[in-house]
Amino acid sequence: MSRLSIEVPGRAQTVLGGLQRDMERRINASQPGLCPVDMSLNFLRLCHAQTCGKCVPCRVGLNQLAVLIERVLDRTAALEDIDLIENTAQVIADSADCAIGYEAAHMVLKGVRGFREDYEEHVLHGRCICGLSHPVPCVSTCPAHVDIPGYVALVHEGRYEDAVRLIRKDNPFVSACAYVCEHPCESQCRRRMVDDAVNICGLKRYAVDHSQPMKAPARAEATGKTVAIIGGGPGGLTAAYYLSLMGHDVTVYEQRPKLGGMLRYGIPDYRLPQEVLDRDIAHILSAGIKVHTGVSIGKDLTMDEIQTSFDAVYIAIGAHNDKKLGLEGEEAQNVISAVALLRNVGDGEAPDFTGKRVCVVGGGNVSMDATRTALRLGAERVTCVYRRRVEDMTALAEEIEEAMAEGCQILPLQAPTRIEADAEGKVAALWTRPQLIGAYGRDGRPRPGDADAKEFRIPCDYVIVAIGQAIEAQAFEKVGVTTSRGAIQADHTSSVPGVDNVFAGGDAVSGPATVIRAVAAGKVAAANIDNYLGFDHKIRSEVEIPPAHFTNTPPCGRVNLKSHAHPGCQGDFSLVVEGMTQEEAHQESSRCLRCDHFGFGSFKGGRNTEW
Amino acid sequence: MVTLTIDNRPVQVPEGTTILQAAQSAGISIPHLCYLKDVNEIAACRVCCVEVEGERAMVTACNSPVREGMVVHTNSPRARRTRRTNVELILSQHDCKCATCVRSGNCQFQTIANDLGILSVPYETQLPKGLRGAWTTTFPLYHDYNKCIKCMRCVQICDKVQSLSIWDVAGTGGRTMVDVSNNRVIKDSDCALCGQCITHCPVGGLRERDDTQKAFAALADPDKITVVQVAPAVRTAWGEYFGLSREEATMERMAACLRRLGFDYVFDTNFSADLTIMEEGNEFLHRLKSGGLTRWPMFTSCCPGWVRFLKGQYPELTGQLSTSKSPQQMFGSVTKSWFAKKLGVEPEQICCVSIMPCVAKKAECELPSMTTGHGPDVDMVLTTRELVRMLRADQISPASMPEEALDSPLGTHTGAGAIFGATGGVMEAALRTASYVLTGENPDPDAFAAVRTGPGLREVTYEIADIPVRCAVVSGLGNARQLIEQLKAGKVHYDFVEVMACPGGCVGGGGQPISVEDEERYGVRGERLYHLDKANPMRFSHENPDVQTLYEEFLGQPLSEKAEELLHTDHMAWNMPSQA
Repeated sequence: MSRLSIEVPGRAQTVLGGLQRDMERRINASQPGLCPVDMSLNFLRLCHAQTCGKCVPCRVGLNQLAVLIERVLDRTAALEDIDLIENTAQVIADSADCAIGYEAAHMVLKGVRGFREDYEEHVLHGRCICGLSHPVPCVSTCPAHVDIPGYVALVHEGRYEDAVRLIRKDNPFVSACAYVCEHPCESQCRRRMVDDAVNICGLKRYAVDHSQPMKAPARAEATGKTVAIIGGGPGGLTAAYYLSLMGHDVTVYEQRPKLGGMLRYGIPDYRLPQEVLDRDIAHILSAGIKVHTGVSIGKDLTMDEIQTSFDAVYIAIGAHNDKKLGLEGEEAQNVISAVALLRNVGDGEAPDFTGKRVCVVGGGNVSMDATRTALRLGAERVTCVYRRRVEDMTALAEEIEEAMAEGCQILPLQAPTRIEADAEGKVAALWTRPQLIGAYGRDGRPRPGDADAKEFRIPCDYVIVAIGQAIEAQAFEKVGVTTSRGAIQADHTSSVPGVDNVFAGGDAVSGPATVIRAVAAGKVAAANIDNYLGFDHKIRSEVEIPPAHFTNTPPCGRVNLKSHAHPGCQGDFSLVVEGMTQEEAHQESSRCLRCDHFGFGSFKGGRNTEW
Repeated sequence: MVTLTIDNRPVQVPEGTTILQAAQSAGISIPHLCYLKDVNEIAACRVCCVEVEGERAMVTACNSPVREGMVVHTNSPRARRTRRTNVELILSQHDCKCATCVRSGNCQFQTIANDLGILSVPYETQLPKGLRGAWTTTFPLYHDYNKCIKCMRCVQICDKVQSLSIWDVAGTGGRTMVDVSNNRVIKDSDCALCGQCITHCPVGGLRERDDTQKAFAALADPDKITVVQVAPAVRTAWGEYFGLSREEATMERMAACLRRLGFDYVFDTNFSADLTIMEEGNEFLHRLKSGGLTRWPMFTSCCPGWVRFLKGQYPELTGQLSTSKSPQQMFGSVTKSWFAKKLGVEPEQICCVSIMPCVAKKAECELPSMTTGHGPDVDMVLTTRELVRMLRADQISPASMPEEALDSPLGTHTGAGAIFGATGGVMEAALRTASYVLTGENPDPDAFAAVRTGPGLREVTYEIADIPVRCAVVSGLGNARQLIEQLKAGKVHYDFVEVMACPGGCVGGGGQPISVEDEERYGVRGERLYHLDKANPMRFSHENPDVQTLYEEFLGQPLSEKAEELLHTDHMAWNMPSQA
């Protein structure tokens, strides 16, 4: 026998490795609304299968925990058994020899403490508190609940206008979302259980790129009620669109010269061309909405005047103010905020960075937009400085990749400490403190801390600050609207407590979020304002959805959109990401599993035809 | 038209036809369990799976439309294996003690499993244990978690047809079961007790509370005088189990059977239906003339499922219900007063039993407002199905029974009383008598036939003695809800509205025999009642001689003080759980 040999995994281990990857995808694709107790029991069982069997807490304890939780689910446990579960799990967490045991116990502990009421409901009544609110995962995870299986099927049939019409039932910003939606719908797409999520956003883009402009549907009979919308961004215009279709007389007040809000003044053209946004706005305005641009509430008109002259008001002002770093030297010339930079570009007043060195501070999507815009404005070098690791950045992964492909530098684990100015008071350098990534914080993310290393100097001509946005709400506070932590206070129905006819939503209420969340908030506001005005108008779509196929396609790769990000994009604001080909769209749309027809969808109705 | 091949035979059907329907049209039967046409097409049981050439997986026949040129195999080895295994899996979670099941012999699942020749199940039996399998024994509706096969038909009937959504899936994963929605228990729910979930259950997962043993005990009690009343709809359906045609299954033959069971007096709810018309018809004219119906109509109140629905969903409209008791309850109060007096016995000595096509009647007779110092007016309610079970228990074969006359005086009835059992019947009977009251002469008995045939909304305005009477008739609670919403929105105005909780009226009641073929039988049963009406020489409630005698001897006039005391009720005197 040889002394050593190269170890190769056996067939069983290779297959198991594949199964583990399948399972990982499957867990990630779990639909919302599952019973947390049942899920934790089965996670625990998986953990217990990993035990090596050496130590008591893990070998015996995890099994006994599973037996106890099973009893809870079978309604044969008593309330004291929940305490027994907690105590046992604590002992396992404290005394297991390795992570297989104590991490499993931590999971049980998090559950029994985090959703104890679910445990109690099972013990006392044999029921779950949770429940499926909508049976189709993509529809329920889309904040605006767009009929995704419906439009994917329409794209497959080549009925692009119908697809767009169907989407507009729930989202009038169909084109903008086709280009820049963060597509939460794809995160729990059931197709992930087979191979990978359907490229829903890409298919939507194919539909909008291949359909002709159309007029808004006929308005309901005029109600004689008036609604003012403050803010012409995605949230405000969504509310305006639906309220106008419902027959109300809608007036939009926008402080900038053009409509579109952050879609125009925050998202650069290479991601969302202005003419694409203009298509959505043209359609929305065809619903018969009055618009006053260049009107600032608090300056040109008081909120009090608006509130008294309209039957209802929707505040959708977004979050357009910048946040300050609070560092020494921040008042130096050429320190600018990312929102101001992007807004100026949107207004056609772009600065010239030719030959300049730019530092961008922050790790979110706005930071990436500022970084890539700075490059396009001619900067010789752009460095994005972030105090955590690249994988901790909140920007979308593809945004970071594209920024890097275009030649931007990402400098992680550097916390800005001060800004150095030259004799003229202009920025000369950004000083940073190297960071060491450390323990996890309450938010579940690892926290950076100062590393034992010297301060670092990055010579530069501009510092762009992209560390968050704030709102400007003084004008509204005068009529009793309250703010807390920089956000307007409004409930989930978008009504503002204590101010009778005033509603609010979008970034101004939730803090900076996504287009689709603003659209969803506008939709909620439209429905509730309609009810507040004493009506119950329904928004519906008459589009017939093609029937589902009989059986689903075998595993098939997902079509991703091709990116043209490349170095040397100075001065080039043209679109970076290319849409699908007809062939790609046809194949990609065939991957949809039609959860509206199969599974729970056929039972509880996979489709809301009206709201 | 689409042409396809099923089991090597060419079949041509219209576009949109399902594989199941296409096969049926060619005389090919595909076993199915959860499918209920237009109501539950969710392909949950997977018993109807067939093999379609070119498809990777099996295709469910019940909800898949045919396609041009498709080739279907219903009995290929793969189809056989799929069907058999799925049935075996359902069997593993079903309490298979068929000998003690009310649906034995009338069970779709039993038939399918038997037809497949499954003699043993390779899987472990898994039934909910302990409290998870427990259900209240006192509520008139009984759900058996161990027999439920989770086909979801009850959920869908209650959602889509009755609009009450009492049932839903509860629990997750392997513990998913059908239970009362929103984590309620049935007693706290606003269940109308229409029983449509029972009549659409393919197995014994749902049934009425069984009161047959209580009935046998009363019959065996020498100190009890047992009086039985039979609702009109029962006579249209009770013979179905025994293979009797509707013409053979007469009320008179049933009378003979009931006497063999030991009932002392066999009477007819048709009698008290005539009495109801005297009270309700006059009450309607009174409310109409006094201007009490300008905003809201008067609603009929003879259907306890409807009364429960209205009180649970629209309690603010309770005052619009006719105060006249239902025929069952009028019968009870007359029996325990006038009839007891005639017999010279104390009311407590009488045990008043009713045979009803209905589950809600079991709750109605237990209402505090339907009781006097002498106890409940009606002591117990048996459904048509329970009557059949009692006859079977005593080995009484109706086919060999003679026809015997009913007892007097509460057995006499007119055709107007008989049609109470079909949707529109109460309205028609009331209009016949109202017309007589207003004009002093009988109209053509078929003058108001336009309100027949349901279950959707029928609206008719009749001019009676120059008074326009705006009538609406509806059956099924979903239809009733729509009608009320229209009324509330001010889009429609009526004077008199008849509502029956069950589609088609009592003939389609939740206590009626169940079709194992999922056939809706309210149509043919209703026709039988209209036939009985036509064949009856008396077609006006006010002509019922025993009703006339009752007024002369005991009550005086309709709506007299005595009549108010015995024949009317306060619907506000009790609450639905949602009102508590």
